[in-house]
Amino acid sequence: MITLLKGPRRPSPAPHGTPLISVRDAVVEFRDRRILDGIGLDIRTGEVLAIVGPNGAGQSTLLPVITGDAELVRGTVSVDGAAWHAWSGRELAMRRAVLLQQVDVSFPFTALEVAEMGRSPWANLPESQHDDRIVAGALARTETQSFTARKYSSLSGGERARVALSRVLAQTAAAMLLDEPTAALDIRHQETVLTTARQYAQTGCAVVVIIHDLDLAGAYADRVAVLSDGRIVADGTPEDVFTAPLLSHVYDYPVTVVPDPTTGAPVIVPVRTPKEETP
Amino acid sequence: MTVRTHTAQDAAAAEAPGTRPAPPAPGPAQAADDWHDHGSPRRGARAARPAPPVERKRGAGRTPVSLLFLVLTALLVVTTLTSAMIGQLFIPPLEVIGSFFRGLGFTFSWLPAPSQEFGHEALWEVRFPRVAMTVLVGAALAIAGALMQGIFGNPLAEPGVVGVSSGAAVGASFAILFGFTFAGSFTVPLFAFVCGLATTALVYMLARANGRTEVVTLILTGVAVNAVAGAAISFIVFKAPTQAREQIVFWQMGSFNGSRWEQVSIILPIIVVASLLALLLARQLDLLALGEKSARHLGVNVERLRIIAMVYVALLVSAAVAFAGIIAFVGLVVPHLIRMLIGPGHRALLPASLLGGSVLLVIADLGARTLVEFADLPIGMLTSLVGGPFFFYLLRRSRAAPGGWG
Repeated sequence: MITLLKGPRRPSPAPHGTPLISVRDAVVEFRDRRILDGIGLDIRTGEVLAIVGPNGAGQSTLLPVITGDAELVRGTVSVDGAAWHAWSGRELAMRRAVLLQQVDVSFPFTALEVAEMGRSPWANLPESQHDDRIVAGALARTETQSFTARKYSSLSGGERARVALSRVLAQTAAAMLLDEPTAALDIRHQETVLTTARQYAQTGCAVVVIIHDLDLAGAYADRVAVLSDGRIVADGTPEDVFTAPLLSHVYDYPVTVVPDPTTGAPVIVPVRTPKEETP
Repeated sequence: MTVRTHTAQDAAAAEAPGTRPAPPAPGPAQAADDWHDHGSPRRGARAARPAPPVERKRGAGRTPVSLLFLVLTALLVVTTLTSAMIGQLFIPPLEVIGSFFRGLGFTFSWLPAPSQEFGHEALWEVRFPRVAMTVLVGAALAIAGALMQGIFGNPLAEPGVVGVSSGAAVGASFAILFGFTFAGSFTVPLFAFVCGLATTALVYMLARANGRTEVVTLILTGVAVNAVAGAAISFIVFKAPTQAREQIVFWQMGSFNGSRWEQVSIILPIIVVASLLALLLARQLDLLALGEKSARHLGVNVERLRIIAMVYVALLVSAAVAFAGIIAFVGLVVPHLIRMLIGPGHRALLPASLLGGSVLLVIADLGARTLVEFADLPIGMLTSLVGGPFFFYLLRRSRAAPGGWG
């Protein structure tokens, strides 16, 4: 009744570095198998957090934990200072936008219509007066303006991923969670997507990127969390976390870390044998 | 230290050059400028690009929504008028209109009254209630179909999937078999209505596990319940005496023969209220097209949306079939056609389906009354006969098109 009278509670402004989503001691099990074991993670405003780890380390379970979709055996998830279930679905949607790995649309909606769906948490609120501007901005950021009238289902995988991202950008949530946003993209769009993510964070929002490409994580993330066997084994700046011993151990493959020639960010190079010596 | 705040609204908007109001407002606009001030390697290139116009682009090959509504409304007027004109007694259009207004209490001197004897009575006692029933039932079936396809995210769903129609048929057959008459002539419709609702509830409860319903489970549960309902109907038909058997068989084929104003007054409020409430779900149904998870991330309570929509579907279809019997394919074909014309957005699709369903069923009923002289064909048979092949054609066509359904 109170929400009906007052309308949804908007996210409160917070200075850079404020934890927006906090995961504490989260344990997730699936049929006796422990997938996440005691995860503690803060998602802070003004920061791009990259979550990396080998296949099967638990990234695809960690995302639903952060979004409040997974059932925890133990632990808590709080959003904007309250337990996630204290918020209505719409209030949560104002606080976190989620880009899933693959988004299929079941009816022939156009790319523009899909992007506009991102505005729905703000429908009938004063914020919705800027809908057109925000959607146009989101489409421009993902360079998808040229095919707004085309059906989403007729787009290529990379185009779909970018339209889906513009939908998430248009949601203008305080936190943006991206699950492998660069998987289907070429090198140019990989870079623009992560640049966009950085800029989104710099306006005072929080960004989480689950990503396999360690070089992209090293170049664009403010903070990296390394997941291994359901635990976070390292959490810090890319420079601190991306060390050859740690990564070689976690990925069970020898790597070397070299600085990027222009930015100095860590670049991870697997130790390879020259072609002619390959057994 | 500068303290910046959540300004995602501006963050996303900032990149639409030329659309930002100038001069930039203080406060939030400050953060918008941060987009440009911080580390974008391609900043120069972006600034040089021309401003994209913020215009509402219609999907390629779509009909304007307002045009479709105009055409459908015009069609509805023309088809209902035609249906009222034609019958054993032909009544010219102006006389039909004159009689219509006279019956409502408005007498216009320039509109003639029906010239034939009992023309006015024939219209008001036989044809008008029948046309009104047809309009209501068509609208109910079509919007129920659109709702169903929306909540299942599947263009092949129709109300029959969750057992509404077969449940109603069991109820009607049961009442006919035992010759119940405690509610007078409304006994059979009452049984049909209640059993339609009950069967939907049963399907839903059986499909529910751990507080959630998977679409596939729901559809397969519907298949199972439909099979049992089919068996129940067969058994009742098998046991029933000849006259009751005939009545059951005809009920299942659907007909508007013998429609009366009392029937209209019973189903009118149910269908109007359920349809209006269903229109409020349009935006959420759009979001459901992104999949359950993404819809939830956008603030949709998916489970509640499903329950509410299924209650509306059960009410609409039970009310529609209670008096008219089973009329197939309207709920499947109409939303489909509308979607092909104006796209899948439910805010236009739902009301357009209402109109389209009415138009289609008025035409079908006119055919049922007039195709064979002195015979009132079962309308359910007619809609299936035409709807089946037409649906097959749609199927082939949309599978051939890039991007599928549309």
